[in-house]
Order: sequence, then structure tokens, then C-alpha cells
Amino acid sequence: MAINIIIMVLFVLAALWTVMSRSLLRGAAGLAIVSAILAVLLFRINSPIAAVFELSVCAGLIPVIFVTTVSLTEPMVWPEIYKHMWMRLRRYWMLPLILIIAGIVLTQIKFNILLALPAKISEPTVGQMLWNLRPADLLGQVIILLAGSIGIVVLFKEKK
Amino acid sequence: MKALLILLPLIGLLIANLLPKRIGRVFAFLAIVIIGLFQITLVTCPGSLSGVDPLTLTFLMLIALVVVLTSISSIAFPKTDSQKVNFNSLLLIILMGMNGLVMVRDIFSMYVFIEIVAIASFVLIVFNRERDSFEGAYKYLVFSSVATVMLLTGIALIFLFSGSTSFESIKMALNSSPKNPIILLAMALYMVGLFIKGGLVPFHGWLADAYSAAPADVSPLLAGIVTKTVGIYPLFRVVSLYSVTGPIRTIILLVGIISIFFGALAALYQKDFKRMLAYSSISQMGYIVLGFGCGTPLGYAAAIFHLFNHTIFKSTLFFNAAAVEKQTQLRDMDSMGGLAQKMPFTGVASALAALSTAGIPPLPGFWSKLLIVIALWLAGFKVYAILAVVASVITLSYMLSLQRRVFFGNVGEHLLHIKEAGAELLIPSTILVLIMVGVGIFFPFIIGTFLLPVTRLW
Repeated sequence: MAINIIIMVLFVLAALWTVMSRSLLRGAAGLAIVSAILAVLLFRINSPIAAVFELSVCAGLIPVIFVTTVSLTEPMVWPEIYKHMWMRLRRYWMLPLILIIAGIVLTQIKFNILLALPAKISEPTVGQMLWNLRPADLLGQVIILLAGSIGIVVLFKEKK
Repeated sequence: MKALLILLPLIGLLIANLLPKRIGRVFAFLAIVIIGLFQITLVTCPGSLSGVDPLTLTFLMLIALVVVLTSISSIAFPKTDSQKVNFNSLLLIILMGMNGLVMVRDIFSMYVFIEIVAIASFVLIVFNRERDSFEGAYKYLVFSSVATVMLLTGIALIFLFSGSTSFESIKMALNSSPKNPIILLAMALYMVGLFIKGGLVPFHGWLADAYSAAPADVSPLLAGIVTKTVGIYPLFRVVSLYSVTGPIRTIILLVGIISIFFGALAALYQKDFKRMLAYSSISQMGYIVLGFGCGTPLGYAAAIFHLFNHTIFKSTLFFNAAAVEKQTQLRDMDSMGGLAQKMPFTGVASALAALSTAGIPPLPGFWSKLLIVIALWLAGFKVYAILAVVASVITLSYMLSLQRRVFFGNVGEHLLHIKEAGAELLIPSTILVLIMVGVGIFFPFIIGTFLLPVTRLW
């Protein structure tokens, strides 16, 4: 239990660092760290499949996509940012409203769903989960990180 | 043996990046060629890849072929040693990503490999860091991210029902309650995600910009195999786990026929060589989806055969476009003309590929389109069959327009100094043209060796 609390504190600290960061690149790195800590927490509370998916999507893939996106953009100056924000607000103000209404409507519909939750696995270790049950995802993670590294070299290093 | 198709490129990639750049660039190129040829040999030797069905084998062969030819063609375009290592490293990553995608039997692992291919594609599009390519890659990135959200939501909903992400469990779960609204929603989200990745209408906004803005040696890869592997292969593989009937079939057929007409009509009005080919790709992808939408074994086989043919003839056309762009520094077709006199081989290869695209016999595009029309007719979709034939006439008109504007007529004064492209660009075209003509002439042989085994998949 004590370890879980420490992990949760680390999780909150990493999340705070991510959202407070003024650099988009640091924010992307922070997201990867937050997701990796969350994955550890999910492993510890015996949800290995959720942990692996979290590790694959949020710790590996999404930060690489963020870094690629950041590399394709130019930073805006403040007057431009304000102008852009107002324009977006005027154009998309109804979107949260639609989401709330859709959420209310969906909660009123009674779906007759028979959910098939995954069979409980007898407390696999992280290694067992990754190597024995989801080796393709693990290999995919390695390749994603390599793709991200080469992308950074192509888009940032060579630009200099 | 299957694992080697991912591990060998990975080892090649690591060694190429550890060696000094001057040696690494040669090593990376040789690694692609050797691994690609090894992959083609494995695919063509019966029994060497156990447990792999004809659909995966077809894709493995096309992936290896297009990646190797792209690497060869890239020699024609000047790059520093470091850029050559990075370019070929990205090709190795794409090779791994696509090989993994077509070999896994798990919907989540498939998603991971789809994203590997997408990330490597973004970087390849902006490789030369030109303004247009940044715009094209950015659009691709935005559309791709939307597709990712849809795919993940679809996978999550499917997972709720199946309790596992393996194809076998999903097939059982989906078919136990096929009319459940959540399952229909999951399939719809998954399909829309794939339609975006495949650049089908109305989700095609990124495709023309990405294809035309990509470096000349990257466009054949994107148009030839990447879009099909990330957009069409998962559609064949996952949607066919669920019966292709009812509203799912209607959506597929409508997206297919709209893509055919929109792509063909948009291609008619293009001035840019590569943009015309990009819109033509949307149209031809529509034919593939239309064949799949029949929901019959003949329709599936015809769709896969057209996918094979489209990879061959569209890659040929993009390699020819790369040759023209390299030699003339032009993409505006109105500024060209008479290039067949200066670039005779490129002109002939382009004419053959254009005629195959338009479905002129005995070229393979004719046979696959004929099979799609027959499959539609036999499945009772006679209106779709007639529309598919009508669209073929539009295809012929824009392809003839392309040939006339680029290769026929008098040579302009500014093009008098133009010479035929180098061997790096002619070798890929020659190989593809030989395959194209061979498949067209030996079509009766293809029926027994390729089409019948594919129909047994469903």
C-alpha cells in the first residue's frame, strides 16, 4: 500500500510538471512519464492488460506523435495567440454544449449489454505480461521509439 | 521464420545507425535490398511461412517489392550521407511496421503497427523540409490522429464484448450478437478510422496534399503500399470477422462508389502531375472497397486482385512522375509536353500503367475491374456494377489527358535539353512494367494460383 501511495504522489508530481511546463516538447516528455507511472500503478492493482495498453498508447505512441506535431509547427507570438483563441471560441463554443447534451442523452438510453471482461490472470509479473502475453506490442514499442528518435534527428538536429 | 521479417530489419536498422555514416548509408541500402529479396523469396516458396494465409502473403510480397524499389529510386535524389542513413532507416521502420501489421492476429497489436507506419510516413513526407511538405504532413497528422481516436474507441468497444483482442475471440463475440447497437457503433467507428487512413471520400482531405507534397522518391511508397496496408488491409481483416451485411455493407458500398466518382472527377481537373495521380488513387481505392463491399468470396478476391494491380500500376506512375520531376523540375502538366521523345522509356511505361489504370485489355487493371463488376452483378448490386463501368470511362479520359499533356505533342523549347532519367528510376519502372504485362498476359494462370486460394479465405 505504501508503495502505491508513493507511486500516486509521483504520478501527481509528474502530471503537475507536465501541465506547468511552458515547452511543448517537455510537456510531451512529461506525458510519457505520467503514463509510464500510471502503467506501473495499473500493474500493481492487478490490471495488467490496461497497463500494457496504457504503456503502448500513452507512454510510447502519443508522445512520439506530439513531438512530430510540435516539429511541424512554428510558435506563435502572444497577440496571434489571443486572436487565434477568440476565433476558436467564436467558432467552436457550441462543442462542449453538444458533448454535455450527448452525454445526458446517452445516460438515458438503456443498453442491454453483456460485457465480457477479460479472464483474470493469476498475477503475472510485468515481464511475463510483456514477453509472454503481448510480445508484439513490446516489439512495436521499441520500433515506435526508434521511429521517434529518427524523426527527431531528421526534423530537429538536421535543421540546425 | 515469421519473426525474422520484423527482427531482420530491426537488426539492420541498429547496425546501420551504429556504423560510420559513409559505411552506414551503403549498409542500410543493402539491408533493405537483401531483406526485401529474402522476404519475396519466402513468400513465393510454398510452405516457408507456415500459418500465413494468401491475403497476408500478397501484402508481404507487395510491401517488400515497393520498399526495395523505393530505396533504389532514392539513389537518384541527392542526399548527404547522414540523410541517406536516416532515409533508409525510415524505410526499414516502415518495412517492419507493415510486416508486423499484416502478420499479427490481434486487433490492438495491429493498431500499434498502424501507428508505427503512420509516424515513419509523417517523417518521410517532410524529409526534405519544404513548405508544401510540412503542410501535407500536418494535414496527414491531423487526419491520422482523428482516425486514431476512432480506431481506439472502436477497439475499446469491441474489447468490452470479446474480453480479448485476438481475432478469434472477436469473431466469436461479434457474431454472437451481431445486431447489438454498441457492436454496430464499434464497427462503424473502426471503419471510419480506416477510411480516413485509406484516404477514402469523404475523409480524403489529407491524401492529395500528402502525396503531392511528399519527396518524389517517397510518393510511390505512400501511394503504392502504405495507404493500402494501413487503410485497406485492416478493413479486409477485421471487418470480415463480422459479417459484411446490412448497414455495414451499405456504408462500404456507398463509400466505394462515391470515392470512385469523386476521385475520377477531381483528377480530371488537376494541373499538377502528382495531384492527378493522387486523386486517381482515391478513385481506384474506391474500386477495391466496392469489390470488398459485395460481401462474397468473388468480391473479396476481385478486391485483393485490384489492390495488387493498383500497387503495381500506381507505383509505376509515381516512379515515372519522379523521373519527370527529377529531369524537368516541373509538376505542372501544362508546362510539359512531348516528353516521350526525350524520355521514351518513361513515356512507354507511363502509357502502359495509365492504360492498366483505365482498365484496357489485356492489362491486369482490366481483369480486376471486370471481376469487380461481375462480383457486383452476381451479388445483385447491378446499379453499382453499371456505375463502376461508367467511372472507368472517366478514368480513361483523365489518364489519356495526362499522357497527352505530359508525353505527347511537341517538345517545348524549355524542355529541349531534357534526357531520359537514370537507371535508378528506370529499374523500378522496368520491374513493375514487366510484372504488370506478365500478370495481364498470364491472367488464366493467376486464376488458379492466386484468385482461387484467396476466395477460400472466406
